[in-house]
Amino acid sequence: MRTMFFTQAVDDALGQAMTADPRIVLFGEDVPLLRRDLLVRFGPKRVRGTPISESAFLGAGVAAAMAGLRPVVEMYMVDFLGVCMDALLNHAAKVELFSGGKWTAPVVVRGPCGGGYGDGGQHEQSLWGWLAHIPGLTVVVPSTPADAGGLILAALQHDGPVIFLEHKLLSETWLEFLGSGARRTVKFDVPAEGEKGAVPEKWEALPIGKAVLRRAGGDVTIVSVGVSVHRALEAAQALGSEGISAGVLDLRSVSPLDKTAVCEAVAQTGRLLVVDEDYEGFGLSGELSAVVSEAGISCKYGRVCTQATIPYARHLEDQILPNKNRIYCGVRQLMQ
Amino acid sequence: MPPDLWSLYALMLKSRLFEEAIAKLWRDGLISGEMHLGTGEEAIIAGVVAHLREGDAMALDHRGTAALFMRGVDPVLILRELLGYPDGLCNGMGGHMHLFSKQYTAASSGIVGTEGPTAAGFAIAAQYLRPGAVAVAFFGEGAMNQGMLMESMSLSSVWNLPVLFVCKDDGWAITTESAKVTGGNLNERARGLGIPAAEADGLNVSAMWEAAHGAIERARSGQGPTFLHARCVHLEGHFLGFQPIRIVRDPLREIPEIAIPLTQSFLRFGGATLSERMAGLKTVIATVLSTVRDPRRDPTNDPLPRARTTLQSDAARLQELEGQLEKEISNVLASALMEVPS
Repeated sequence: MRTMFFTQAVDDALGQAMTADPRIVLFGEDVPLLRRDLLVRFGPKRVRGTPISESAFLGAGVAAAMAGLRPVVEMYMVDFLGVCMDALLNHAAKVELFSGGKWTAPVVVRGPCGGGYGDGGQHEQSLWGWLAHIPGLTVVVPSTPADAGGLILAALQHDGPVIFLEHKLLSETWLEFLGSGARRTVKFDVPAEGEKGAVPEKWEALPIGKAVLRRAGGDVTIVSVGVSVHRALEAAQALGSEGISAGVLDLRSVSPLDKTAVCEAVAQTGRLLVVDEDYEGFGLSGELSAVVSEAGISCKYGRVCTQATIPYARHLEDQILPNKNRIYCGVRQLMQ
Repeated sequence: MPPDLWSLYALMLKSRLFEEAIAKLWRDGLISGEMHLGTGEEAIIAGVVAHLREGDAMALDHRGTAALFMRGVDPVLILRELLGYPDGLCNGMGGHMHLFSKQYTAASSGIVGTEGPTAAGFAIAAQYLRPGAVAVAFFGEGAMNQGMLMESMSLSSVWNLPVLFVCKDDGWAITTESAKVTGGNLNERARGLGIPAAEADGLNVSAMWEAAHGAIERARSGQGPTFLHARCVHLEGHFLGFQPIRIVRDPLREIPEIAIPLTQSFLRFGGATLSERMAGLKTVIATVLSTVRDPRRDPTNDPLPRARTTLQSDAARLQELEGQLEKEISNVLASALMEVPS
């Protein structure tokens, strides 16, 4: 068994896929630097830097995918999709239906997301709920190196647009690039299990849309995604020592949503706490409430999410993002 | 009226000292996240901002502290914002990429290219509400490839908006050489959108002042936008802790961390032909070499010593000025580090 850091795993799996499939090309801003290890292995024809022209290169990535390539388009941050959302919203997501199912855009959009390192509210958003809201987009949010590698492979095999989000707290390279800048004077609350872990010798694609139970628990089901999965596990451990048995379900993808796994778990416990780093309103947490209601499951429901724009000040940021304490309190409340 | 080099130099030096204080706080871990300084572009900022008056507006990029400081925003408030204090300029909510001063109609953004639409909007408001006022957009040459900036230039041209588009060209779009990802010539591009374009020496504050003077007067008198293109260097690269700069400053620590995985990947089974791999490797090496030969390392590209050379003729006055400014900034720093109000 090998162990890898999170982004190392993504790049390693990507390298395996690129070896097998010459249609895969990478492009985005600073990609020759960010993916330099892939550049020296696959050459500058397949690993290309772009101008700061997101509308052009994302839109082009969508159309190149329609025309037979398998582009991996890198966004510097998911927040910057605001600049070029049209390519996903009105094109990548629509072509399959508009063409009567005869044409698809199998583009992979790879981008760092999430907060916890002090860059402020324009650079630390999650936005997976915003993206998953649009029919036709697949949104993947892995929480461990093994899942990250397996899911990027699945994204590359998927016959439609996939947004693959890497949380910056899990990514050794992004956190250094944006968070520390090689300073030893700053510290971040990085979940060890998510940052580095065992990965298979040879990557196999994991199924997209299959949640995984990270911790079994009979009293309450915590459903989460990304870094918050690790925060939920920490809280569950603390609750366990107080006799509360909390299960943690890692969705791994926001769209498609593994409704079956959610319903099965919640039907058993009768309590659902959604922990979502994305915004609270009109998003994943509300969607999960609808999913269990529609399935006729009656349960006690709560959510721990990001309720407003993320403040710059570190201590305020730590309070607004889902953290162990907020999750702990959320569960205690459901147990009353 | 010729530019007053003494006051322009004072503006630049104060800003430099201020930003050096910011850099120290960042290195000490008291400022979080990224930190993009304007060190190296002071001549451009000072040469333009010195012309601004009440009612004028500024649209700033992620590198806006120097412009806000020179415009007159309280430096203690800026520092306390960067420290994340509740009595900072934006109550600790924005941070350095998201600084706002309603008082000076100055707005920053971490989204590259947004300076265009923002300046255009400020200029539209000026046309209705503050005739004679202008809006300045400060952005890098990397932003010139952003659609919204080009669209804003076109809009400003057809609506004859009082905008000064200032392109601070350091040749690098983050870690990518701009020449390799930019089609055509930037001044020609502006002219193609119907905006007069001028080249100004971004290392020479007097030249910048004169270039900005004409352009701003033109906008004030209702003759529409101008595009000013000025070259500069960013002494700290894209941001503090910038990897290419770290390689140059501390090669023994940085190079093995990059070279080992790079070599392993280069030699890895499966992938491109040797010639393609070599081409990839050349790209990486060329980037490192271009940093080693970087103009950032050449002191003649620093606008401050340039201005200072001219002022040396009155050494006593210069010494007094510099001493006074150093004291001023150290007072600012002391006030900024005062305890957080409870």
